[in-house]
Amino acid sequence: MVAALDDGDGPVRLRRGAALVLSSLALCLLVVLSVCVGARGIAPGVVWDALRGVGSGEEYGMVRDLRIPRTVAGVLVGVGLGVAGALIQSLTRNPLADPGLLGVNAGAALAVTIAVGAFGLTGPDAYVWFALAGAGLVATAVYLIGSAGRSGTDPVRLVLAGVALAAVLGGAVSAITLLNPDAFDQMRAWNAGTLTGHDGAVLVAAAPFLVVGGVIAVLVGPSLNALALGADTASGLGAPVKVTRTLSVTAITLLAGAATAIAGPIVFVGLMVPHLARRPAGGDQRWVLALSGVLGPSLLLVADIVGRLLMRPAEIPVGIVTAVIGGPMLMMLARRRRTAAW
Amino acid sequence: MVSTLASLLSPRRAAGPAHTKRWAPPRRAIAVCALLSIVVSAVCVVALGTGDIALSPTEVVSALLGGGERTDRIVVLEWRLPRVLAAVAFGAALAVGGAVFQSLTRNPLAGPDILGLSAGSHTGALIVIIVLAGGYAEVAAGALLGGLLTAALVYMFSLRAGLQGFRLIVVGVSLAATLSAINTWMLLRAELDVAMTAAAWGAGSLGTVAWRQVVPAVVAIAVLLAALRLLIPLLRHLELGDDAARALGLPVERAKLALVAVGVALIAVVTAAAGPIAFVALAAPHIARLLLRGPALQMTATALTGSLMLTIADHVAQHALPTPLPAGIATVVIGGGYLVWLLLHETRRTRS
Repeated sequence: MVAALDDGDGPVRLRRGAALVLSSLALCLLVVLSVCVGARGIAPGVVWDALRGVGSGEEYGMVRDLRIPRTVAGVLVGVGLGVAGALIQSLTRNPLADPGLLGVNAGAALAVTIAVGAFGLTGPDAYVWFALAGAGLVATAVYLIGSAGRSGTDPVRLVLAGVALAAVLGGAVSAITLLNPDAFDQMRAWNAGTLTGHDGAVLVAAAPFLVVGGVIAVLVGPSLNALALGADTASGLGAPVKVTRTLSVTAITLLAGAATAIAGPIVFVGLMVPHLARRPAGGDQRWVLALSGVLGPSLLLVADIVGRLLMRPAEIPVGIVTAVIGGPMLMMLARRRRTAAW
Repeated sequence: MVSTLASLLSPRRAAGPAHTKRWAPPRRAIAVCALLSIVVSAVCVVALGTGDIALSPTEVVSALLGGGERTDRIVVLEWRLPRVLAAVAFGAALAVGGAVFQSLTRNPLAGPDILGLSAGSHTGALIVIIVLAGGYAEVAAGALLGGLLTAALVYMFSLRAGLQGFRLIVVGVSLAATLSAINTWMLLRAELDVAMTAAAWGAGSLGTVAWRQVVPAVVAIAVLLAALRLLIPLLRHLELGDDAARALGLPVERAKLALVAVGVALIAVVTAAAGPIAFVALAAPHIARLLLRGPALQMTATALTGSLMLTIADHVAQHALPTPLPAGIATVVIGGGYLVWLLLHETRRTRS
C-alpha cells in the first residue's frame, strides 16, 4: 500500500521537492536575519567575522552570546514543535491537534514549575527531565482520550478535552508560582514562551532528545501512512499499529518536552506548521514530517523576529506572537472544515 | 428600555391560558433548593468562623445577629463577611451566566471560559489596571466592555453557522488563546509587584474584596438576576429552536441580544471584582441539572449550586495550604477536571 504513495506522479514529486528546497532556503535566510536583526542591527560582515572568531568588541559578544544561542534555540524548538504537531495530527487523525493546544506543553511546563518552585532545581538537566516527564504523562492521557471515541469522528471534542486539561495544568502552575515569589519572577517570562533568558546549557541538554525524537519520527513515517487509513485497514495491510502508536507518542513526548524545556509552553506552532506542510506534501506523512521540520523553525524564527521588531527596543516573547497569529488561523481552519465533520 | 422589555415579554402574555392556573413546582425541586440553601448557609457559617481567630458556629451566628463580643463582631462582620458574601453572590452570578449561555447556544459546553468571554473581560480589566491605573468602577467598566466586545467577535465569527454547533466553540477557544496571550504580555510588561497583584487577581481571588467592592457588585448582580428573571420565559421559548420561537411570535434576535447582554454583564461584574474565576459557569448548571432531574426551578438551583461551589472552593483554597491561594485555582482544578470527565463520559456513551 505504501508503494501507491511512494512515488507520486512527476508533478507531485516535483512540487514536493521544490517546496522542500525553497523552504530550506527560506530557513537559511531567516537564520541569517535572526542573527542580524534586533534592538540593534548588526551588519552581516560583522556576524561573519564573529562566526570565524576574528572580530572583537561589543557587537562580537552580542552575536556570540545572545543572537546565536537564540537563533539555535529557535531552530531546535521549531523543529521539535513542528514535527511533534505533524505526528500528533496524524496519530489522532485530527487536523486540529497541536501539542500546545492539547496540553502537552502545559504538562511539561507544570513539571518544570514544580521542579523550580517546589524542589528549587534550576539546572538545565532538571528542566529537561521534568519537562519530558510532564509531556509524557499528558501525551499519553491525550492519546487515551482521543482514542476513547469512534476513531476521528470528533476533532473538536479532543481539542476541548485538551483545553480543559491545559487549563487545569495552568491553574496548578499559577498556584505554585503564586506561592513562591522567586519562582514567579523566574518563570513568568519562560511561561509566556521565549527563546531568550538562559544560557546555552539547556540547549545542549535538550538537543539529544530532540535528535532522538526526530529520528523516531523519520522511522514511523511510512507506518503512519498506513495508519491514516484507519487502524483496522492498517493492521490488515501488515503495518505494526501498536508499535507505531507507541513510538509516535514517545517521539511527541521527546520533541514537545525538550522544546518546552528550552522555550516554555508555546501554542499553535504545531497546529499551523503541518497545515502549511500539507499543501505541497499532500497525504504522504513522510513529506509532511520533513516539510514540518523545515517550516517549524522558519515560522518560529519569523515570529521571534517580528516580536523583536514590533515594539523596538522592547521585545514581545515569541510564544505570545505565535498565539496571536495562531488563534485566527485555528478559526480559519475551523471555517474551512465546516462541512466536513461538523 | 422598558418598552423593549415589555414587547419582549408579550409572547408569554399571549400564551395566557396556560398561565392562568397557578403552577406549583414539584416537590423534588423545592427539596433540592431548600437543601442547597441550608448547605450554603452551613458552609458560610464555617467559613466565617475559620481563621487565625477561630469562632464557634454559635458565636458566629450571634455576631451576625448583632450580639456577641465586640471583637467577634469586628472579625465576622468587617473581616470575613465581605469575602463570604462575595463568594455566595459571585458563585450565583457565574453559574446563572453560564446557564444562560449554555441554553442560548443549546450547547452544554459553551461556558464563558470556553467562549473566551472571561479572557476578554480579563483583557479589558488588565488594560484599565496596568495602563490606566483605574479604581473598581473603571475596572468593572473595562471588564464589561472587554466581555461584550469578545461576545460580539465570537458572534460575528460564528454567524454563518448560527450560534449552534462546535464552530462556536472553536471560535471561542481561538479567541481565548489569543486574548490570554495578550494578557500574559501585559503582565510581563508590568513591574513585579503590580504583576504579582495582577496575576493573583488574574487567577481569580476573593482575597482582596472588601465592603466597598462587595456592595456595588452585589447590587449589580441582584439587578441583573431580577432582569434575567423577566427574560427566562423567552429563554425557554428559544430553547425550542429559533424557528419554533419565531413561529410563536418572539423577536428572536432582540431576545438573544438581551440575554447575551445580561449573561456577559453577570460574568463581567464578577471578573471586575475578583478576576476570572474559571469553570464555575460551566460545571454549576450541569450539577444543578443532575440534582433536579427536571426543568422546574432550574435557575434557582443553578444559582445555589454556583454559590456552594465558590464558597467551598474559596474556603479550601484559603485554608488547605499554609499560604492562601486564589479561589480560581481551586475552581479551575475541580471544574477543568470535571470537564475532562464530562467529555470522556459523553464519548463513551456515544460509542456504546
